[in-house]
Amino acid sequence: MLAILAGFLKQAIIQGIPLLFGSTGEIITEKSGNLNLGIPGIMYIGGISGVIGAYFYEKHGDVDNALLCVLVPFLTSILGSVIMSLIYCFLTVTMKANQNVTGLALTTFGVGVGNFFGGSLTSLFGGEGGHIALNATGKYYQATLPFADKLGLFGETFLSFGFLAYLAIFISLVASWYLNHTRSGLNLRAVGENPATADAAGVNVTLYKYVATCVGGAIAGLGGLYFIMDYIGGSWTNGGFGDRGWLAIALVIFALWKPKFSILGSILFGGLYIVYLYIPGLSRNSQELFKMLPYIVTIIVLIFTSIRKKRENQPPQSLGLTYFREER
Amino acid sequence: MNKHNHHEPLIRISKNDAMPWQKAWAIRGACILAAFIVCAVVIVFVTNLNPLQVFASMFEGSFGSERKIWIALQNTAILLCISLAVTPAFKMRFWNLGAEGQVLMGALATAACMINLSDLPSTAIIAISIGASLVSGLIWGVIPSLFKAKWNTNESLFTLMMNYVAIQLIAYFITFWENPKGSNTVGIINFNSEAGWIPAIFNQKYLFNILAVFILTFIMYVYLKHSKHGYEISVVGESENTARYIGINVKKTIIRTVAISGALCGFAGFLLVAGTGHTISTDTAGGQGFTAIMVSWLAKFNPIIMIFTSFLLVFLERGAGEIATAFRLNESVSEILSGIILFFIIGSEFFINYKVSIGKSKKEVN
Repeated sequence: MLAILAGFLKQAIIQGIPLLFGSTGEIITEKSGNLNLGIPGIMYIGGISGVIGAYFYEKHGDVDNALLCVLVPFLTSILGSVIMSLIYCFLTVTMKANQNVTGLALTTFGVGVGNFFGGSLTSLFGGEGGHIALNATGKYYQATLPFADKLGLFGETFLSFGFLAYLAIFISLVASWYLNHTRSGLNLRAVGENPATADAAGVNVTLYKYVATCVGGAIAGLGGLYFIMDYIGGSWTNGGFGDRGWLAIALVIFALWKPKFSILGSILFGGLYIVYLYIPGLSRNSQELFKMLPYIVTIIVLIFTSIRKKRENQPPQSLGLTYFREER
Repeated sequence: MNKHNHHEPLIRISKNDAMPWQKAWAIRGACILAAFIVCAVVIVFVTNLNPLQVFASMFEGSFGSERKIWIALQNTAILLCISLAVTPAFKMRFWNLGAEGQVLMGALATAACMINLSDLPSTAIIAISIGASLVSGLIWGVIPSLFKAKWNTNESLFTLMMNYVAIQLIAYFITFWENPKGSNTVGIINFNSEAGWIPAIFNQKYLFNILAVFILTFIMYVYLKHSKHGYEISVVGESENTARYIGINVKKTIIRTVAISGALCGFAGFLLVAGTGHTISTDTAGGQGFTAIMVSWLAKFNPIIMIFTSFLLVFLERGAGEIATAFRLNESVSEILSGIILFFIIGSEFFINYKVSIGKSKKEVN
């Protein structure tokens, strides 16, 4: 029984990690007042940019060099996500376009780019066609601590993940500290709550929005990278990432815009995502109903926070609004 | 306070309220042209194909044969219907991102009627399906709006989540309706009897859809521009306080408008199941609930202009599908190209709404 529970917890954490990256990134973005609905697209891009980086490295580089095998996809993933975030910022901050429309267009574009290159990378550059399998680099992403399996159930459940999983938790702790305990984090929150006031106080609103969105995008993109390189182990299936990007946005609401809550929230969501596999005797149709759970839980949280109206649990006040200095 | 007080910024941006419509459309046209050039560059870069050839085959995708023209028109009709549906809510600044789910609920209701009432005469099934689809789309839209009106619950996030609940609900019903067993698909409903199918008009099976949406476009135009409701919608959208001040019941307006929005989405779901596919899957709406948001916004919420913007997006999708088969590329090319063109159109609004002056401007006295 304990072994089943531990196994379930481990799977929940694995499913939760991409959501944790996505929601931490989106929280940082939303704290600047940018509701980036392009996150699902950015997570696809984060995944495919890593795949492209790994593909070319495996073709031309030294696959025995563990550091480079990890670093090259990692950096290309961040590069791809940052480019996407820059498109979003340029359109919504500089060009003052509508955030919802821009975000949705970004998601269309990102999913398209991901599936296009994922499906045809080998035929475009290699000629042989067929599926991508990046076993050499993937194996470094999946590498766990050497003593993990010697520590029994504890090691099996908590220490048997690739390094990106721990990075996800680390990043959200840092984000939590940054938002609540630094001067610049305070400024960022001010920009998201009331950009006009922040501007009057001498905060560079445009710069904060750009940096927060790009850093947030890069973090979210790592969720895609984790999914492809660690969870799947280095191959691409079109649409395989599914609707996890939207689930990450749901998690932002569930975590009440607090990165440290989203650590536990992501494990809970990951658990809800797969719980139907663990309940014995569940018929196929009730399995489908169980898959609704994360969304229903999110809706309930959304409703309760809006009823209770506690100030610190609300979305940033200017979320989704464009700031134009002369319109004050 | 502001450290830039003493020198003039190089680029100055100011609001531009009154741009003549000819100039505005010239800017939009130029931006679409620029977008196509960027698309061409991307195509050449990625595939080494001749872009002119690629664009020619894109054209082929929508206009290549009589059948393709009908399919393009039918797809435009559906996308236009959903875009019309989301428009009243958007005009009121109610960000309904749940069109996808509302369409799916309408589709689900229609499929349920077609499957369970298949012994009734076809016209009766169609009539009941229309009613059921309107009501289920309406319910799916009104739930978030009630919370919005009562507690100001964030509607974009709420409606977004409702999409996935709807998708899972359909997956749930598919397990009961699947045909053949174990396929996890419903197959063509009433394949032999065609009960509940929208009949062909003049031998054109899509004509009913196209005409229905065409009529709906003009009704929506009149509703938004020339009715009391339309006026109330635009006042609430501009400022809720103004609306309250002149005696508009804001809560009632929000709920009523979202109800209309949801019901029309449900109707689009009806058209998709009874008129087009005669089947249902979690992919029935195919992301059009999101595309419709862009169509409506690009047309500045004007139903007549939406005819063109929805056709533009369908043209891109059909065209890119054609490229994909003709040059043996991946289908997703269409999403990439639509994305690029959308970025440009979204960007073009900046040059219409704002004036950019470079260099020194006249000193303003504060």
